[in-house]
Amino acid sequence: MPGPVIIARALTKSYGEFRAVDGIDFEVATGESFGLLGPNGAGKSTTMRMLSAVSTRTSGELSILGLDPDQHGPEIRARLGVVPQSDNLDGELRVRDNLIVYGRYFGIPRRRVAEKADELLAFAQLEDKRDARVESLSGGMKRRLTIARGLVNEPEILLLDEPTTGLDPQARHLLWDRLFRLKEQGTTLVLTTHYMDEAEQLCDRLIVVDKGAIMAEGSPASLIRDHSSREVLEVRFGSDRNALVAERIADVGDRVEVLPDRVLVYAGDGEAALREVIGRGLDPITSLVRRSSLEDVFLRLTGRSLVE
Amino acid sequence: MTGTIAPAPQRTRLLGSIYAGNAASVLDRGLRATRSSNWVVMLSGVFEPIFYLLSLGIGLGQFVGTVDVGGGQVSYAAYIAPALLAVSAMNGAVYDSTWNVFFKMKYGRVYEGMLATSLGPLDVAIGEILLALLRGALYAIAFMLVMQALGLNLSWTALLALPAIALIAFGFASLGMGITSYLKTFQQMDWVNFVLLPMFLFSATFYPVTVYPVWLQWVVEALPLWHGVELVRGLTTGVLSWATLGHVAYYLVMVAIGLVFTTRRLRALFLS
Amino acid sequence: MTSTAASARPRRYGALYVTEHRLRLVRSWRWTFIATTLGNPIIYLYSLGVGLATLVHTAIPIGDGREVSYLVYVAPALIASAAMTAAVEESMFPYLEGFKWNETFFAINSAPITGRQIVDGTTIWIAIRVVPTTIVYLVIAALFGAVTSAGAGLVVVIATAAGLAMGLLVSSYTATIREDRGQMAIIMRIIVMPLFLFSGTFFPLESLPIGLQWIGWVSPLWHGTQLSRVVAFGLAEPIWLTVAHVGYLAALAALGLWRTRAVVTARLDR
Repeated sequence: MPGPVIIARALTKSYGEFRAVDGIDFEVATGESFGLLGPNGAGKSTTMRMLSAVSTRTSGELSILGLDPDQHGPEIRARLGVVPQSDNLDGELRVRDNLIVYGRYFGIPRRRVAEKADELLAFAQLEDKRDARVESLSGGMKRRLTIARGLVNEPEILLLDEPTTGLDPQARHLLWDRLFRLKEQGTTLVLTTHYMDEAEQLCDRLIVVDKGAIMAEGSPASLIRDHSSREVLEVRFGSDRNALVAERIADVGDRVEVLPDRVLVYAGDGEAALREVIGRGLDPITSLVRRSSLEDVFLRLTGRSLVE
Repeated sequence: MTGTIAPAPQRTRLLGSIYAGNAASVLDRGLRATRSSNWVVMLSGVFEPIFYLLSLGIGLGQFVGTVDVGGGQVSYAAYIAPALLAVSAMNGAVYDSTWNVFFKMKYGRVYEGMLATSLGPLDVAIGEILLALLRGALYAIAFMLVMQALGLNLSWTALLALPAIALIAFGFASLGMGITSYLKTFQQMDWVNFVLLPMFLFSATFYPVTVYPVWLQWVVEALPLWHGVELVRGLTTGVLSWATLGHVAYYLVMVAIGLVFTTRRLRALFLS
Repeated sequence: MTSTAASARPRRYGALYVTEHRLRLVRSWRWTFIATTLGNPIIYLYSLGVGLATLVHTAIPIGDGREVSYLVYVAPALIASAAMTAAVEESMFPYLEGFKWNETFFAINSAPITGRQIVDGTTIWIAIRVVPTTIVYLVIAALFGAVTSAGAGLVVVIATAAGLAMGLLVSSYTATIREDRGQMAIIMRIIVMPLFLFSGTFFPLESLPIGLQWIGWVSPLWHGTQLSRVVAFGLAEPIWLTVAHVGYLAALAALGLWRTRAVVTARLDR
């Protein structure tokens, strides 16, 4: 197994008094798909900018591809692909020209960059949009174009900040499919997300971040195993009764969480827990048994919901 | 329409689908938007004609002497001041009815929202034009005060320049809005400037049209700004003739054509 | 591929890639570019140099007892003004586009391009935009009979330099704009327009009241205009003043470039 391509030690970024990233440690191995999961404002985008070698750290250590980004920004960026949270495409250029112009920034000769642009248009399934204006593209198409742009220099690491936020389900699945292919080809992926399904789909390993700090680290499965039960029972008793009833069923599963609109019962066997609840003479308005997800991990670790 | 719905009042037969008699609400929205935007930008528009007047009227004036207006001689500053007044009315109206309207159509989607209510396209057109007029009137009053201070209002008829300015602005605003509705990109907006610049420089603004060959004089005299310049110049210098009424008539026709044109365009764009 | 090999070309040519990007953007407005480049000189020279000249009865004194016609007098000033206007425009929109509207600067910076290269490349682009504008202007001025010596060719260089000095000062401000609240309209109306009118463009600066003359002294346009007149028709002025024109323009350009680079670099590191 080759060594890590990214090493962060006590990595910190402050804006005045505010610590957006507060001393985080992690490593990303070659070929790995690594995720940062957390709510808005957790410091994910700030971390990504530091990893992109465009934002200088306040303190701590950071090594990307064996180099210090404060000293070797351009050298590192030559080998990275970056997909920022907002699609900063050039709206005045056409689709294909966006790829060509960007490729030129890596010093790729004109003829090669033209070939590369056509190849990437095929990859991003935008061939019939090659001469369209960027403004006319849908959100999902813009996202795919931004990803294609990030690949123009055949990067060793692709950094994606919230790759599917704001897209409809169909566009998300199409994008995930493209990212899977990259992963299969051996590209190291680092992505932030606040969607647990995305993290579960795409990440080999992830860190859960909140308020600039790491709350937990591991594979999606191991995080769920370590911080949650196998199944979850969701029951509703009406907003005014939830808290009251929760006290009476506190011992049904491993743990109970009260949310404004429902009560979550964490248990190895959800159906058995439901029978127990009904057996105590309580009659939920609705009930649902499901498998535990990263959402539950996050709730467990922070006491807060991931998407608010 | 089914019988259960009360018939609209007779008045609206003719204009019913395009005019709800509520242009004031459009104007009100415009004023609120102006107040919440950067007032310095609005204020800065006052200075442009004043800078021209100081630079050319006072600086260049020393090299020019007097200019003939209707047989009498006036100072160069008194010659160009009314022209600058007319130009600022044109610029203000065109700015409001092109750039401003362009943004609202393309990015703000303000009109779509308005026309989804009971407002009709004519309400929107009149409301926007009134807004442009109000702004133009403010600029004109400021400039006329400067003229008064410099002794460039040569006759009591200068007072009539204010309604004349409103008429000129009305003409440009009503036409400008309809033209803007055809424009698709920022680059096309540049063409508006490309038409305004020669009109500004050629329309007897800084020197009489008699310096041109006859064919070019005819072209200039067919353009709206020349009529505006001559109208205002006649009023501030007190040199009036039947031609003054001709200039007024020109603008009345322009306003009528502009309103019909713009209303039709708005209806075609948003209510089809 | 090693890191140094991958980034060697961007390190060396990065600024030129930025220029190349701007040149590609011209395609979408090439017709307005051509029309204004050809149309503006014709309109200005004809209306001011020919039309207005009919009212200017006296020739304009240029020192040492010599005089020139009004057309010859204003032509170099109009060229310098055109250079300034074009340079200022290109010092506003690319920076707002880059930081605000499309955030393209952040994208470019994610490639191995530094903030300094972005500024340098944009500045090279501005020069490329201004030079043809001034050349066409000069040629049309010659057709109008406004050019009396071969030395007038240097006006292209001087006008471009004055335009860049002004443009770089403007970009050191526009690069800081975080919210578009009409600052560009204000720059055009309260800075560019008065400079155009009060920089000795249409008449010698000395004809203005002393209270307005200072505008010319601080204006890069006045220094560029006077220098252009020296080379175009031998405007007589003390040698120290000519040196001061050159020094002032060079100092402003250097200051503007340094500030713009610093502002852009700091803003990219967010």
